[in-house]
Amino acid sequence: MVNFPATPSAAVRPAGGSAPTLLGVSGLSIRYGEKVALQGVDLEVRQNEIFGLIGPANAGKTSFLRALNRMDEFVPGMKVDGTITFAGRDVRTIRNLYALRRHIGVVFPLPVGLPLSIYDNVALAPRLRGVRNKTELDEIVQRCLTRAALWDEVKDRLKNLGSLLSGGQQQRLTIARALSQDPELLLLDEFSIAVDPVTTMRIEEVLKELRAELTIVLVTNLVQQARRLADRTAFFLGGRCVEIGATEDLFNGGAKDQRTIDYLEGRFG
Amino acid sequence: MSAPRNPSTNPSTDPGADPGTDREAHANDATAGHQIFAATAREGASLRRQQAIRGLFLLTTLLLVLPVLAILGKLAIEGGPALTWEFFTEEPRNGMKDGGIFPALIGTIWLTAGALGVAVPLGVAAAIYLSEYASDNWLTRTINLAIVNLAGVPSIVHALFGVGAFVHFMAFGTSILAASCTLAVMTLPVVIVSTRESLQAVPRAFREACWSLGATRWQTIWRVVLPNSGSGILTGVILVVSRAVGETAPIMFTGAAFFVPFLPQSVFDQTMALSLHLYNVSTQVNLDDQHKHLPFAVALTLILVVLAMNALAIWFRMKLRGRKKW
Repeated sequence: MVNFPATPSAAVRPAGGSAPTLLGVSGLSIRYGEKVALQGVDLEVRQNEIFGLIGPANAGKTSFLRALNRMDEFVPGMKVDGTITFAGRDVRTIRNLYALRRHIGVVFPLPVGLPLSIYDNVALAPRLRGVRNKTELDEIVQRCLTRAALWDEVKDRLKNLGSLLSGGQQQRLTIARALSQDPELLLLDEFSIAVDPVTTMRIEEVLKELRAELTIVLVTNLVQQARRLADRTAFFLGGRCVEIGATEDLFNGGAKDQRTIDYLEGRFG
Repeated sequence: MSAPRNPSTNPSTDPGADPGTDREAHANDATAGHQIFAATAREGASLRRQQAIRGLFLLTTLLLVLPVLAILGKLAIEGGPALTWEFFTEEPRNGMKDGGIFPALIGTIWLTAGALGVAVPLGVAAAIYLSEYASDNWLTRTINLAIVNLAGVPSIVHALFGVGAFVHFMAFGTSILAASCTLAVMTLPVVIVSTRESLQAVPRAFREACWSLGATRWQTIWRVVLPNSGSGILTGVILVVSRAVGETAPIMFTGAAFFVPFLPQSVFDQTMALSLHLYNVSTQVNLDDQHKHLPFAVALTLILVVLAMNALAIWFRMKLRGRKKW
């Protein structure tokens, strides 16, 4: 666990005074066998921003997320070309991928409550990195569940199976689990697909608060969700990044590409 | 982007038109309001055919139960009265004709435990490798093919392999150890396949969630995959037990004997075994009318042991499955 900087936040701060870059992507292409999922993507995600990623199905959004925390290792046939830097390190040169993944939390589209107790779900990541102290674990579990807006609903049944919670609760459990890693970067892949609107709004409030502590890449099918949350938004289409801009500009007529304008206004396909 | 359909301009080629006119013709026996539920001639024929096929399959299923009932009934009637406490706890006497089957019962336990001790660790380890680590390449496919083929090798061939490999080459002699190893080789495919199946029944999403937390493959296996495939693995193990209890050929050349005057003290002893004992009292011993129930009693014991094992497997499954996890 030594070949990775312990505190990525202490990493590169580019000249120019704006927020430092946490994640840099250049010339990223992803193939599954013969099928090209993503082609020539260049972008950067700055620290403590919510970076929105919108686009129709098959735009390559999920493949993009997979490449960020090197999950391609587990997908047979997935081939990643180009450079991804996280906290100044080229992720392809990181041999200790487990450390990389510990710094990047992921929330999948469908909630995945592991078949463990609610407590163990949230305590899993701390335990994996070696936390054994009961009080410390208790504290982490309560803090993460509270931040994911789930604590009040489950505090009296932490021993129940996490996989038997309702869909919306499981998704908040998944977010709590991702937070328990203490990530620098949180990847959210269409997190609200299986969540009711009220819970979605609660989670969105949580995400806004989290911006102070970490960086979020938000992949979403809901254009309005990107508008509500994202500082900057990228529009992916057919495996290419069509446009990146400040969310404010994009939604207020600043989009330059006609395809982006059409998508944002729902005139598509 | 679906191309706009060109609506059919020729009604006679429209398949939807036929049943409609047909139905009208057959609807005169139904009340006017329920005409749409009246069966057309074709629907009626389908219904009758469906009933006939259902009956045929039910009959076949019931026929399957017959042999089981016949075997159990015959054994219970002929052998049941002979199952006394002495039968289970005494040594055979008088050229096997009198006394009980105690040494054979004990020997079978030794052999089965030995086979499990070898087959389960090896089989589970191999299954974990194949399910969790191996990538899909020619080596993995070859190994899978080998396992399937190993399962298809007749038990007498395993017996001869056991003589060559364990009795002579490894110099275990004819012993419980050699016989257990032979049984283990024979049952390995069952352990591997059933373990692999139950590992793969754990959803991939669980693994991905665990990996993305920074867990290694082994941490994922240990904390998430294995705890949720335990019931399947156990069931496989118990199936192995019932197979090992019943096998005769693999042990008769490698470690089981016609008669051993003492109970086994170590894995290097020879032993008696239930399955071989049944073969012996059925074919090697001249039984008069007074003793002709003996093979039935031994067979009944053997079947009861196997049934008890299967019942245990079912109970385990229900107990572990009872807590629904996802």
